[in-house]
Amino acid sequence: MPEIRLQHLRKDYGVLTVIEDLNLEMADGEFTVLVGPSGCGKSTTLRMIAGLESVTGGEIMIGDRDVSQLEPKERDLAMVFQDYALYPHMDVAKNMSFALRLARMNKTDIDKRVKEVAETLDLTAYLNRKPAELSGGQRQRVAMGRALVRDAGTFLFDEPLSNLDAKLRGQMRAELALMSQRIKKNMIYVTHDQVEAMTLGDKIVVMKFGEIMQAGTPEELYRSPANKFVAGFIGSPTMNFLNAELVDEAGTLSAKGDGFSIPLPDARKGALQAHRDRNIHLGIRPSSFAEGPGGLKMPVILSEYIGAQSVLISELGGQRVSIEVNTVAPIRAGEEREFTVQGDEVHLFDPKTEAAL
Amino acid sequence: MSTARANRLTPYLFLAPAGIVLAVALFYPICYMVYASFLDWNPSQRIGEADFIGLRNYTKLFSDAAFRESMWVTIKFSAVVVTIEMILGVGLALLLDRNIRGMSVLRTLFILPMMIAPIVVGLMWRYMYHPTVGIFNRTLTDWGFEPIPWLADGDWAFASIVIADIWQWTPFIFILSLAALQSLPASAIEASKIDGASGWQQIIYIKLPLMLPVLIVTLLLRLIDSFKVLEVILVMTNGGPGLSTEILSIRINRTASEFRELGEAAAMSNLLLIILLILTFAMFIYNKAQEVRAQRMRAVEEEA
Repeated sequence: MPEIRLQHLRKDYGVLTVIEDLNLEMADGEFTVLVGPSGCGKSTTLRMIAGLESVTGGEIMIGDRDVSQLEPKERDLAMVFQDYALYPHMDVAKNMSFALRLARMNKTDIDKRVKEVAETLDLTAYLNRKPAELSGGQRQRVAMGRALVRDAGTFLFDEPLSNLDAKLRGQMRAELALMSQRIKKNMIYVTHDQVEAMTLGDKIVVMKFGEIMQAGTPEELYRSPANKFVAGFIGSPTMNFLNAELVDEAGTLSAKGDGFSIPLPDARKGALQAHRDRNIHLGIRPSSFAEGPGGLKMPVILSEYIGAQSVLISELGGQRVSIEVNTVAPIRAGEEREFTVQGDEVHLFDPKTEAAL
Repeated sequence: MSTARANRLTPYLFLAPAGIVLAVALFYPICYMVYASFLDWNPSQRIGEADFIGLRNYTKLFSDAAFRESMWVTIKFSAVVVTIEMILGVGLALLLDRNIRGMSVLRTLFILPMMIAPIVVGLMWRYMYHPTVGIFNRTLTDWGFEPIPWLADGDWAFASIVIADIWQWTPFIFILSLAALQSLPASAIEASKIDGASGWQQIIYIKLPLMLPVLIVTLLLRLIDSFKVLEVILVMTNGGPGLSTEILSIRINRTASEFRELGEAAAMSNLLLIILLILTFAMFIYNKAQEVRAQRMRAVEEEA
């Protein structure tokens, strides 16, 4: 049975409709990541689930309970905010125990719980400090701790790592992943960072303009994006998009563009027949290029050496493409190299609807 | 003179006019008043002709029952009005801190009393408190109640000036509290909702503690102001009946103009000034302590 279901969820601000008709199911114990560019409605969706934002229409079912009209405290959830939202006038222990104290839990139990959680988060030494006396990373952990002591049924995260510097963000991401493995609760996580989404999520929901573009496992989204938006959003470096035409070359369908022609596998022939001789958008991941003889001759305009990998900026038929290659020896700009692309690794999109073909 | 030295002195040159104005307009009258408080001085004399009597004006004050009564009235008045105004002002702010249509108009209406000249406020209330034609007593008699001797009975007169002051100055606390409320971190309040705090619990555990610094400064400002109140009460009761509403500034005014004791009036003013200085100093120290705390926290943060 799905644990959380959003049914025909709608949100209007006055005459402005932010979310029109959102439907989503999240299984029990699943880590769901809502991801998308700013303004896509992901935070609004999370805040509606939390009860901080009113629902204009539709239902939010947690189990078989419609919680969409309930107060936040009646929804059995804990939340970590982007700016941590710690209570500035309370020390760490008081911050973490606030919910328990409101629930009139007895003092020894509260102390025990706070101590346990503080230990797992390395916060024991700071229990008597006020938030202002902590570093960003420590505050982040207190916010996490405050959610954890609650032992709520559902955990909500609103871009919890975006205020941290890159290194700390990496560390906290790993800690979060470990934590989610350990406590197995419903987790809903909002981020605009596709790396966080890919590494943390059991399920990723890509949103744009208040609509779900695709929902699935990280692998599904990466291997078979449903449309051009998801293809471009998931994966780093970003997928290359080239204009091409679908042509039949001696019985084999090929994506043919200016200066290249990539034969497509016969297995896809049936599905693509209807688009023969039409323009399409061709999507090639930077990592799908393989260096080898007999391929496309491409100039290296810029070479970004990262270490084990290099990202090359090149040109194909007048269009910019980026190529990710394993670095054997650093490649210099100005060289010309040959790259092959396998037909079963390219993605094709309808130029009008942008849906995957 | 070297250029560097000249440059260093330039700011003082520009500050000088303001400094001189301040010295003439502020220090001269204060010194004058302090000096006058040591004199047996009556308004028909020039200050040079008055006799120097040392601290006798002050010792006389402490044995003067009327002055002690007036001191007590002032303290009672300040304590009562500031307490009620704080409760009402903060309460209203908590109530009106929401986005409802027309709220901005309502907020503007609320601060109107503050903008009316005190003399006018006094007159307005005096007419409303009028024993026969005033709106209060007319309404009471229309409803079949006994009229109330608003300004004629000592206890009622005190209550009347308290009501007028609350009417005029609650808005001051209201706007400052509202500003404080609206600058509170929204996410902390949201977090408390998720943590299960009811409306009251949000106010008691989150909003009020976070507003506290502003509330303390507001409280001190209002206390200072309430010790100096004059015009409204002067117009409404002129201190009467008896001494029931004779706050310190009325007493000072009467001592100078009615009893023609300029030295004694100056001594009273000095005492009032000392009380106000203590309050101002308390506020200053509180602000300083806050600053030091904030600085220390920033230091810890940077270290971390």
